[in-house]
Amino acid sequence: MFEPLSDFELQALGLSIKVATAALAVGLPLGLALAMLLARGRFPGRWILEAAVNLPLVLPPVVTGLILLSLFGVRGPVGRALHDLFGVTLAFHWTGAALAATLMALPLVVRPLRLAIEGVDRGLEDAASMLGASRLAVFVRITLPLAAPGLVAAALLGFARAFGEFGATVTFAGAIPGETQTLPVAIYSALQRAEGDQAAMRLAVIAVLVSVLAVVGSEICNRRLQRTRGA
Amino acid sequence: MSLACHAHGRRGDFRFDIGFESPSQAVAVVGPSGCGKTTFLHGLAGLLAESTARIRIDDALVLDDGMKRTPVHRRAVGYVFQDIRLFPHMTVEQNIAFSRPYGGDEMTVAQALDLMDLRGYERRRPAGLSGGEARRVALARALAARPRLLLLDEPFTGLDVKRRERLAPYLLRLRDEVRLPMILVSHDPRDLDLIAEDVVRVAGGVVDANA
Repeated sequence: MFEPLSDFELQALGLSIKVATAALAVGLPLGLALAMLLARGRFPGRWILEAAVNLPLVLPPVVTGLILLSLFGVRGPVGRALHDLFGVTLAFHWTGAALAATLMALPLVVRPLRLAIEGVDRGLEDAASMLGASRLAVFVRITLPLAAPGLVAAALLGFARAFGEFGATVTFAGAIPGETQTLPVAIYSALQRAEGDQAAMRLAVIAVLVSVLAVVGSEICNRRLQRTRGA
Repeated sequence: MSLACHAHGRRGDFRFDIGFESPSQAVAVVGPSGCGKTTFLHGLAGLLAESTARIRIDDALVLDDGMKRTPVHRRAVGYVFQDIRLFPHMTVEQNIAFSRPYGGDEMTVAQALDLMDLRGYERRRPAGLSGGEARRVALARALAARPRLLLLDEPFTGLDVKRRERLAPYLLRLRDEVRLPMILVSHDPRDLDLIAEDVVRVAGGVVDANA
């Protein structure tokens, strides 16, 4: 049980971290824009956008994966266009796993960000405008720093969700070792093998350790934030 | 110095059309609560979606929304809000220097710190300031942005008589040393005795001509 990590385990762990990091790199900026739109935007059809963002939260993940496959698959309209125009293939590729993880994590990224932005006093934003700051400057210097605890929460929840993604990932990206076989997928594959229980258990322990590290990291970030605020 | 300001528009169902011309540099707008005093300031500041404002100082037309609306951040109008609104995540000095990328400079920040007697407060956080201190920081912050007109909404709210008397000299410095044109809004006639040179009375969203 306490042997060093095998190549197979390292591969699954490394791939999972790569996929979750890519999902955050895309999902955080996108989630921030969506949260800003939902918190501050006044436009018709806002509820439709809100429903669309939250859809992956309520749909069975396999269904989300199936929708991705029909859109971004080799024969899907978007997938074919991406392939013909840019030579990019997402299905059964690690970028596809990252896309699935991003989509599944998005509702959990948007929610804390939106709550945090809604909690920022509009009066402070007006005060900053009166001092000469453009809307972008107000966002960067006032809204975003004051919403920082929400950003930390969004990063943690988003990372955790992307790291643990299984259903949409296997459906859309498959379980190709070294390409799309992330940690959760590897655990499931191990369980399918006769006498794969111990391998699955070792992978599960790795998953628990990574999750604990993520929680501890976000807690450290939060404490730093509170200290710099003198609150 | 002469000051002519006008703003009209609406906030929700409340319509207002308030303007004055005064030979003074410090004008008080007074009236009962709900008469449109603060809405008038918001109109001048550009903080209302549906309003139009015009400001003339001496012979210079400082602001005219008539042809094209000037965005809030380009109005060069300073606003000291009733609820102060210091940025909680910044130190006193960072608050005062906030406008530096937008036309303020190192010297104005230093001048503002000196003028409001805030040396020694630079690294303090807004949360640790008293009401009077926070108001001085808000005044310094508005001053450092080099506004052409300063709007003061109930500048003495929440201060007792002793603290009022302690804050008044700082407002007088802005009036008499910086020669900054200012409009202050108040429901309390005592404020006028301290600062204002001229008074405009407002009721029901318009200037009360009978007063």
